[in-house]
Amino acid sequence: MAHAVSGTGRAGRLGSLLWRRPGLSLAGLVLPPVAWMGLIYIAALAVLFIAAFWSVDDFTGEIVRNWTFANFQEVATSPIYQKIALRTVAMAALVTLTDAILAFPMAYFMARIAGPRLRLALITAVVLPLWSSYLARVYAWRLILAHDGVLNWALRGLGLPGAEIGYTNTAMWIVFSYIWLPFMIMPVYAALERIPANYFEASQDLGGRGMRTFLKVVLPLSMPGLVAGSIFTFSLTLGDYITPVLVGGPGSDFIGNVVYANVGVANNIPFAAAYATVPLVLMAVYLWLARRVGAFDVM
Amino acid sequence: MERRSTRVMLAIWTVLVLVFLFGPILLIAVYAFNASNVQGWPIHGFSLQWFPKTWANAEVRAALWLSIRAGLVATTIAVALGTCAAFAVHRGRWRGRETLSFAVVLPIALPGIITGMALNSFFVFWHLPLSYWTIVIGHATFCIVIVYNNVLARLRRVPGSLAEASMDIGAGPWMTFRRVTFPAISTALVAGALLAFALSFDEVIVTTFTAGAQNTLPLWIFGAIRLGQELPEVNVIVLAILVVTAVPVWFAYRVTQDR
Repeated sequence: MAHAVSGTGRAGRLGSLLWRRPGLSLAGLVLPPVAWMGLIYIAALAVLFIAAFWSVDDFTGEIVRNWTFANFQEVATSPIYQKIALRTVAMAALVTLTDAILAFPMAYFMARIAGPRLRLALITAVVLPLWSSYLARVYAWRLILAHDGVLNWALRGLGLPGAEIGYTNTAMWIVFSYIWLPFMIMPVYAALERIPANYFEASQDLGGRGMRTFLKVVLPLSMPGLVAGSIFTFSLTLGDYITPVLVGGPGSDFIGNVVYANVGVANNIPFAAAYATVPLVLMAVYLWLARRVGAFDVM
Repeated sequence: MERRSTRVMLAIWTVLVLVFLFGPILLIAVYAFNASNVQGWPIHGFSLQWFPKTWANAEVRAALWLSIRAGLVATTIAVALGTCAAFAVHRGRWRGRETLSFAVVLPIALPGIITGMALNSFFVFWHLPLSYWTIVIGHATFCIVIVYNNVLARLRRVPGSLAEASMDIGAGPWMTFRRVTFPAISTALVAGALLAFALSFDEVIVTTFTAGAQNTLPLWIFGAIRLGQELPEVNVIVLAILVVTAVPVWFAYRVTQDR
């Protein structure tokens, strides 16, 4: 094939140059993403962190660039902000636990019992809602849990009293568990699928009954998957403020709501930044712990 | 093997979880055809009247157009940078490799408000007014990881011997890239780009911090739901988004599962 001869034209010469100097082409690949992430994202995180030590002039509303711990002091000592932070973290933990319980049996079914065709269909079925509109799914629950929604209609049909859980913390718990569930199923499935089938046989040959095999073999080996899933469910709940606005009631503010109000309405970026360090530090610790369990291998 | 009763229980559990996952989505589809502008159940009459009315809404159209423009440019940037990062990380060990892969994942590993808040204070710091471009920068930043993950996963599965064989029979590096490496990763690139666009098209949290007074489609929906206004239009848009995003996602997974 005559046209297969390479090294012709400018692209060919550039290609050969890069091939002879691999360091050069590596630099060319590394530079654009590093520049973008470094100059924009990491720089933005740095500004956020530094801004937390600034303050806002009460009269002019301008940011004053003097160093102060006042924002952190307020975060640490104010009972309201403590309560909101605690509510956010408790909800994130509860949602994580709920999703782990819902996800595990299904992931097990996908990995161990379903045939190849059914397994592929189930993976698609789990992934599809994961990518479909977040707002659409929150809104669906608003319709379901509303006073004259599907839930109360069904309860009345069964002759039960209606449940008024729309716009409460219960509604938030249901909605968060619903939205982030696929993020738990996928890594748990990935972890379970990796367990060689003969581990199960070996355990049973050694006399491990169902429950014992589960506790001693399956659960420890699926731990990285559970931890990887929990990173998503925990972090996503921690950083959300849309769901509290849409399905939470009065007194269901999250850290995110306070942060958003301080950026948008109160125009107090330094305080918002200080408060945002709470989830940031929590996630940093969480990610560090997760790394040690090997959770990053199944993400 | 698990006992028969265990298997049946697991199957039932799986079916229940599927109902939980898809029930609300199906319900949304029904509400879009609700004739009334009161959103209650059961629905008393069905109609298609809200579809043309939604399409005629100028605010909705403006928001849709902004979302598409931001999504396309952000996806383009993400494809370029994510592919570079994936090739760089795949190229064996070098100093800073772990740092790059960590930095790329960070925007989606950290809670959304942190990414949004950080970008917002960054723009304020440099006195950049919030605009179309600040939306694009935010979206591109968290979309890079999607392309990166797809391309890197593919690169790891394509044997390096293919490129070596190509070189051995006389193809130069550029020819090898164009004829061997690029075709091998092309479907992963398409899948990554589609998923990145889907993510950008739907994002709310970061966008609220980078959009200022502008409305992307999700921001318009968020505002309408919060205020309880124009809910029939919301029903229609939400159904349209579910259908439109399902296509690229389904396609992206088909394309990556075949290999």
